[in-house]
Amino acid sequence: MFSLAGITDSIQEWLVATFGATGALIAQCIIVILLAIALFAALGLVLVLMERKVAARMQIRLGPNRVGPAGMFQTTADTLKLIMKEGLTPDGADKFLFNLAPFVVMIVAMLLLAPIAYAPGFQIWDINIGVLYITAISSLGVIGILMAGWASNNKYSLLGAMRSGAQIVSYELSAGLAILTIIVLTGDLQLSTIVESQRDGWWLFKGHIPAIIAFVIFIIAVTAETNRAPFDLAEAESELTAGFHTEYSGMKFALFFLAEYINIFIVCAIGATLFLGGWMPLHIGSWESFNHIMDYVPGVVWFFGKVFFLIFLIMWFRWTFPRLRVDQLLNLEWKYLLPISLINLLLVTVIAILGWHF
Amino acid sequence: MFIKEYISDVYKAAKSLLTGMKTTGYYFTHPKEIVTEQYPDNRDTLKMAERFRGEVIMPHDENNEHACTGCTACELACPNGTIKIITKFDISPEGKKKKALDTFVYHLELCTMCNLCVQACPTDAIKMGQNFEHSVFDRTKLLKTLNNEGSKVRDGVE
Repeated sequence: MFSLAGITDSIQEWLVATFGATGALIAQCIIVILLAIALFAALGLVLVLMERKVAARMQIRLGPNRVGPAGMFQTTADTLKLIMKEGLTPDGADKFLFNLAPFVVMIVAMLLLAPIAYAPGFQIWDINIGVLYITAISSLGVIGILMAGWASNNKYSLLGAMRSGAQIVSYELSAGLAILTIIVLTGDLQLSTIVESQRDGWWLFKGHIPAIIAFVIFIIAVTAETNRAPFDLAEAESELTAGFHTEYSGMKFALFFLAEYINIFIVCAIGATLFLGGWMPLHIGSWESFNHIMDYVPGVVWFFGKVFFLIFLIMWFRWTFPRLRVDQLLNLEWKYLLPISLINLLLVTVIAILGWHF
Repeated sequence: MFIKEYISDVYKAAKSLLTGMKTTGYYFTHPKEIVTEQYPDNRDTLKMAERFRGEVIMPHDENNEHACTGCTACELACPNGTIKIITKFDISPEGKKKKALDTFVYHLELCTMCNLCVQACPTDAIKMGQNFEHSVFDRTKLLKTLNNEGSKVRDGVE
């Protein structure tokens, strides 16, 4: 049967046999870097196109349909344009910070790829504090945004960056508490163990209503954390032109744009791993034959299917809901999401202690 | 009481958000609702909306007759001097002089398609056409004469 773990194992054996242990490690690092960059580029192109197509369909339009069949190469053409454009640095900007900021945002997104389990045994770095690592690293992205906003020497950029800071710091809380609900149920921070614990059913179904509430809160919080509508105050086009990346152009802008979509992918991958079982096929309790049929679909297909379902959900939000005001945004977090997720965490703890979950 | 309000707030918010998502979800799953016209690809089959206002036209019947009496009501109604009516005097068989239309001058480049002239016309001689492909390289080409060569007013139209 098709398995990515088999391919990686045979590559590992061949590398060790050819270059020795140290050489193999270096070669593997290079392969992983290339794969990560390839995934980035592919995701950037696919997600931007998907966003535009989904947006068009929801607004009763056609969307891009001129470049290539059904507009397939539209984003490729856009990327080529961005690469060839001049990357302008404003005169009054803090040159060093201004040029550093897009890379900070990008590197944070890249670091988050490490602990995600794409398929059985196919994972860059299976650390035992995977979830803690993800929550810790994902909050660093705001530094890049603040850096960009401050260094641009532009009032719109600064306002956008400050809004983004307030927003990300607030919503980290409820995202973290929603993640904790699943940690309480699994009792482990390692992502591969969390996936394995869902062999007899996904946590979304096994954890009763508290898991569903946690899932909803998680989706809302990560939508806010990735600065997407209805929480896109940081780049609110109608108020702040483009927020923190107003002054950026060319490839530096493209990095911000790409990082936004990569971040969506990553938070959806985390959501899929915690609530929907990562690469684990749809298993229902002890229905052996049903579970066996589901096992024929490879894990990587399940993983990307779930992730793209969540991405679609977040795009659906974006093209349906109007943008919140700053006070409404903070109201929602501090008066609704945080108390609800605290009570929810208590409920889930009771369920876990009494062993009421399946 | 506060708790009750709080819960009903959350419930109402979730309900209204889901209503919105239902609408966009319906559009997403029903591509036949798409309203985009792929002009100029569909130029041959393009169907304009009934009330679309592209230009002022003066319909003529098969005998090359129109319904304009040259009363200049449209010229007076036009807010930006788009229409200029030049009249002449026809001699009727009984030897009476009768005012009639000589040239209906229409400046398309000035027209805002406001429809006031059509509303002002007492004999329904002019109406709004559907053609919208007006671009030309020379603006003198936008100066149009709406009545055809040798046309005359239809009998019975006063």
